[in-house]
Amino acid sequence: MNTSDLLVIGGGLVGASVALGAARSGLAVTVLDEDDVAFRASRGNFGLVWVQSKGFTLPDYARWSLASAQSWPELSAYLKERTGIDVELKQPGGLHLCLSQEEMDTRKERLQWLQDEVGPHYQFEMLDYDELRKRVPLVGPDVVGATYTPMDGHTNPLKLFRALYDAAAKEGVQFKTGCGTEDISYANGIFTVKAGGKLWQAPKLVLAAGLGNNKLAPKVGLFAPVEPNRGEVLISERLRPMLGYPTNFVRQTDEGTVQIGDSHEDVGFDDGTITSVLGGIAKRGIKCFPILANANLVRAWAALRVMSPDGYPIYQASESHPGAFVVTCHSGVTLAANHVMRIAPWIAGGAYPDAIREFKGDRFLNKDLVFTNGH
Amino acid sequence: MATNSLFRPLSGPSTASARPVEIEFDGRFLQVQEGVSVAAALLSAGVSRFRTSVVSETPRAPYCMMGVCFECLVEIDGQASRQSCLVTVREGMKINTQRGPRALIDGTEAGNE
Amino acid sequence: MSEINTGDRYDLAVVGAGPAGMSAAVTARARGLSVVLLDEQEAVGGQIYRNITRASHRALDVLGPDYASGARIADSFQSSGAVHLTGASVWQVGRDGTINYLRGGKVGSLHATQIVLASGAMERPFPIPGWTLPGVLGAGAAQILLKSADLAPSEPVVLAGCGPLLYLLGWQYLRAGVPIKALIDTTDTTDYVRAAGHLVEALAAWPTLKKGLKLMSALKKGKVPFYRGATNLAIQGTDAATGIRFTAGGKDMHVDSKVILLHQGVVPNTQFTWSLRARHTWNDVQLCWTPEVDAWGKLEGLPNIYVAGDGMGIGGALAAALQGQLSGLEVAAVAGKIDAGARDSAAAPLRAELTKQLRIRPFLDVLYRPKDANRMPADAVTVCRCEEVTAGDIRGYVALGCSGPNQTKSFGRCGMGPCQGRLCGLTVTEVIAQARGVSPSEVGYYRIRPPIKPVTLGELANEA
Repeated sequence: MNTSDLLVIGGGLVGASVALGAARSGLAVTVLDEDDVAFRASRGNFGLVWVQSKGFTLPDYARWSLASAQSWPELSAYLKERTGIDVELKQPGGLHLCLSQEEMDTRKERLQWLQDEVGPHYQFEMLDYDELRKRVPLVGPDVVGATYTPMDGHTNPLKLFRALYDAAAKEGVQFKTGCGTEDISYANGIFTVKAGGKLWQAPKLVLAAGLGNNKLAPKVGLFAPVEPNRGEVLISERLRPMLGYPTNFVRQTDEGTVQIGDSHEDVGFDDGTITSVLGGIAKRGIKCFPILANANLVRAWAALRVMSPDGYPIYQASESHPGAFVVTCHSGVTLAANHVMRIAPWIAGGAYPDAIREFKGDRFLNKDLVFTNGH
Repeated sequence: MATNSLFRPLSGPSTASARPVEIEFDGRFLQVQEGVSVAAALLSAGVSRFRTSVVSETPRAPYCMMGVCFECLVEIDGQASRQSCLVTVREGMKINTQRGPRALIDGTEAGNE
Repeated sequence: MSEINTGDRYDLAVVGAGPAGMSAAVTARARGLSVVLLDEQEAVGGQIYRNITRASHRALDVLGPDYASGARIADSFQSSGAVHLTGASVWQVGRDGTINYLRGGKVGSLHATQIVLASGAMERPFPIPGWTLPGVLGAGAAQILLKSADLAPSEPVVLAGCGPLLYLLGWQYLRAGVPIKALIDTTDTTDYVRAAGHLVEALAAWPTLKKGLKLMSALKKGKVPFYRGATNLAIQGTDAATGIRFTAGGKDMHVDSKVILLHQGVVPNTQFTWSLRARHTWNDVQLCWTPEVDAWGKLEGLPNIYVAGDGMGIGGALAAALQGQLSGLEVAAVAGKIDAGARDSAAAPLRAELTKQLRIRPFLDVLYRPKDANRMPADAVTVCRCEEVTAGDIRGYVALGCSGPNQTKSFGRCGMGPCQGRLCGLTVTEVIAQARGVSPSEVGYYRIRPPIKPVTLGELANEA
């Protein structure tokens, strides 16, 4: 029988972040992960550490995102010191490029509303085309303008992933792959998980299994109705640095590759790409930065976002199965700092963070409410 | 033919069927065989370093000659990262080596600060 | 050059103009199907018959009768009436029969009711220290230079590794008067002993075996310095190759050379079949992945797409041509142009001949099995050439919990470069398998996605 203080189901960014934080709080942690060909949202994301316009219908989410972005430098420094890996966090601010005046107007409204709710430190600027060109000379003439906030940035999500694993391993976390969870049972305050043909036990359990949380949550008295939402992305060959700010459609990584995205498709559990969608993404990318027309595409991929009905995270401790938690979101990169530094200590037995009170999974049980994705 | 070429034509430079073609490579003019791939033409003209790698900028040259290794990448007539083993050489072609990752804007860093 | 055809429809599209592709096209055309054949090169032949339609008499003489025999298939293809799209780089094959390609700097697409993938084989990677240095090429690459550009090494050259292509190249160089400084053969006594178990079968393919023996004997007569059972191969040099070190006969040796030609067999080029998410099996004798196909080469689960030739498993040019014909027959039957009876009676002699052609394979596969050290190298050796990831890096990722190649992609960008894992995929699978103590079959392969060949953003945007 394999026993530990905490079992984390799911070895993605969320699971690894929580595992690291819990281990730092002194727990013996085992992470149970699936096989090499799982859906793995951690492998398919844009790497943005993004705040602007998030939480438009729920200011707590704006605050939660902002807090994480502000704590990110601390996480980055810790990972660098502990593992030697630089996750290339850069927070020069971010640009949301607008291709119509209507979009500019809508965004101004939203950002103003958020500033009113969150406070004057929620800074943003409306940039018309000329202003934008001063900062980003490569921007194309079809771009009407952009919204800029100094809060935004980006990181290298794959280096982050590796660094989290490395740091967690150094803190004694055990990572077990090929261990997709088949069943969970609970008796006398102990959870028993059947995974990879073995049994694993611990008094605490975190469900961080992304899309898998949907089926697992009810086993421990929780509700996490997450569904897949597909995003397609294009990756260029490595290029010399030319884009200094991350944007909503295009960003250049520290390795020089340029990522162009994205899409939002409700296609179920299908992570294939569609040529016409990729073509549309390419067209839009070239509209934003015409110089990209000559860049060679080396890869195109699609990944499934882990989407709750309102697009906001689900953090909840089970009442019927004390010791079980669900932790799921679709911004695992932005929220990594919060997950290591605020969620994990709570799971390890610390105080409940008031900032997450709006994110219980139970909110979706209210049949009177209709949810739309707040992003 | 350059005397330091790693490869030379079997039949010698005076084969009747071969009509030399002039191309420009890194600013130098080269006479090469017509009808061969750019990679073959460059190898026979004494080019042993086609580019430098994108990670550590170490020298690279063709390895597979059939379009699977992507080592033979050069800039041809302004279009960078062309697989030179898949492109037939033509009179007047302008070819340049690539150093590290290619620049989309003429080697200058378009700083956005 | 004719204009780009977009949205054109054909009964059959063939990808690859080698013996398998040409044969499939000819067979289908002969039964009245509309056929289009796409290939990256400007002329037919694939790699094995590269440049066959333009080869000089001298070249044909140097390269030998097997190469020259490719002219027949090329002629049949050229008079078949199939549409031939030259210089067409196929970047996507869809399950629905759509083919996206790039030609003359423009994207094009067509639709075919059935597709035969005949993209053949490529040389197995040979990851040893220094293999990324300029001056190191595959023996197959050198053969392509010979066939397509009449080029040969200007100084005495080193050949290293094992396998029929290596010796064939040596023989061709001898005929051409190209001096060979050394042939460093990794085949050792244990290989001969194990292969002896398949000798009886090989003898049934006596003509092929005889050809091989004659070839080896010519090399000996040509006084090519042979080093057998070579181990610890390492290329020397800092910015370019200057020589090769190795151990043979218990002695550490080195040979100076600026050109070193490596070869340890060919493997199926499986980029398309992986991108179609077809099922593949790990072949432990040929040490490669082969797509799962039925008796006609049809992919399991993909009833409109076939694989013919070395792309379905290494069998050589003659076997490839026969497989192309068999696929072509089934394509014609499915299209309703011939009935099952006619198909089967045409197929019977082809199958008999195919069996004959493949008889030598077990013997060759065992005799020339590439060495473990040359497939799963020491830590310092570069495995992913594009992103410069070493074997040691990969073993480190396994220690961190990576169980397969897709996780190692995440951890270290291994396989994320322009070659899309063509030159590192097999090595990565085997290194992970070895580190984990499981079979390569369990480890799996990279997820391969289009574009299979690079397209620019602008070219892709025109697709929308």
